[in-house]
Amino acid sequence: MSKLLLKVACSAGAAGALALGLSLAFAQTPPSSGRRSGFEFMSRDSQAMQQDDTINPGLLWVAEGEALWSSMVAPSNRSCASCHGDATVSMKGVAARYPAYSPERGRPVDLQGRINICRETNQSVTALPFESRELLALAAYIGKQSRGMPITTGDDGRLEPYRARGQELYERRQGQLNFSCANCHDDNSGRKLGSSVIPEAHPTGYPLYRLEWQDMGSLQRRLRNCMVGVRAEPYPYGSAEYIDLELFLMTRARGMPVETPAVRP
Amino acid sequence: MRKLGLRRSPLKSSGDVFSRTAAVLIAFAAISNPGKAQGLAAFEIIGDAIPEPLIGKKGDPARGRAIVVDRQRGLCLLCHSGPFPEQRFQGDLAPDLKGAGIRWSEGQLRLRLVDSRRLNPATIMPPYYSIDDLTRVGRAWQGKPVLSAEQIEDVVAFLTTLTEAP
Ligand code: HEC
Ligand code: HEC
Repeated sequence: MSKLLLKVACSAGAAGALALGLSLAFAQTPPSSGRRSGFEFMSRDSQAMQQDDTINPGLLWVAEGEALWSSMVAPSNRSCASCHGDATVSMKGVAARYPAYSPERGRPVDLQGRINICRETNQSVTALPFESRELLALAAYIGKQSRGMPITTGDDGRLEPYRARGQELYERRQGQLNFSCANCHDDNSGRKLGSSVIPEAHPTGYPLYRLEWQDMGSLQRRLRNCMVGVRAEPYPYGSAEYIDLELFLMTRARGMPVETPAVRP
Repeated sequence: MRKLGLRRSPLKSSGDVFSRTAAVLIAFAAISNPGKAQGLAAFEIIGDAIPEPLIGKKGDPARGRAIVVDRQRGLCLLCHSGPFPEQRFQGDLAPDLKGAGIRWSEGQLRLRLVDSRRLNPATIMPPYYSIDDLTRVGRAWQGKPVLSAEQIEDVVAFLTTLTEAP
């Protein structure tokens, strides 16, 4: 479908046809009431790359995740599928509601954290390292089961204090350059920071393939990049601060469609 | 007027914070918090300007231009555009620098670089010569201003040459 749109858009050439191609593409996704995904700030080439599963690099990680989903892990000799069955059924909509409250941890965890809780408690193996191929692959595979579904994070009342803390971190200035996330993403989105257009920071597509990284990366990696950009000391991967920020951002993006695995510049 | 070092003080937008009485109070605060001032040149703010160079002499405009267009050192073009035809990617978060040397005196430009927060507490322009009131500064940058006093003077010297009307 998306490949077809691309062909139509390219061969027609006229601006009208291009606009039509784009609006058709968006007709497939639920409205996001004025908020704009990072997708909408991208070049048409990058948009086409995201929408065509035959050229979207993230699909490699999805395929690897699919294989990992049903591979047995010693010593428990259980795969994810042993407990959860067919991911295309059991994991539908799951990524769209994370971070979620974890009774095991007594606080919210993100999807990667949840995957590692399952590894430790149900498969009796060590957690997968952050940004490892396996963890990104599983998160991408689970994420893809929610593709196109509206984000629903934040329904659970126990999350509220953590969301509020995330918002506080989002609005706090930091780093040698003294920026808050909001300074860029609320006050200056759509404007140009050097060569980059500043998006609204909706975490709709993670984990995603970023052209600058030439790699798949998690939302935490993205947040780390933004912190380093303003010369702030990034939090360690997995820290409560990242989870709270993720929770704030996902709640803020409620109703927007999941794009995992997305592509970004 | 007395010499003020860099100091911890609430950020105020009005010029009268630099009146004589306030200056005395602030100077006292600097003494009670001497670690903060370490390594940074002292300077005197008069009105909305720092009239005297931070290093006792003017900087070099050519070096200043190189700093302004450098995306690791000056970072200016991340936010500003300006008369730099060879620079492809210029930001649009801030006013064009063209004509800055007509709009502002050397001393006004110096204060805007040193710490824009003193003129506009809500500014997004980074404080280039202040280490105060910052949060979670990256380990590699702690205790260091974005630009050195020499670099500030070079940039100021360059900005005063931007006298072509926009
Ligand atoms: C100085 C500006 C600036 C600051 C401050 C900043 N960001 Fe960003 N952020 C950007 C830019 C520019 C991009 C897009 C980079 C690109 O795609 O090339 C981005 C991308 C993002 C994205 C990815 C959106 C997508 O579509 O995938 C998220 C999420 C995000 N930022 C969150 C944050 C958070 C949270 C903070 C604070 C901890 C923050 N940012 C601070 C400039 C900033
Ligand atoms: C992150 C954004 C940002 C960066 C980086 C930045 N500035 Fe600014 N600058 C601003 C904004 C915004 C203003 C407008 C006044 C205000 O909001 O305080 C401004 C104002 C100015 C002014 C006064 C402009 C006028 O004519 O009214 C000058 C001069 C200036 N900046 C020079 C520089 C120089 C030189 C650098 C680099 C060494 C620099 N700025 C880096 C955001 C920035």
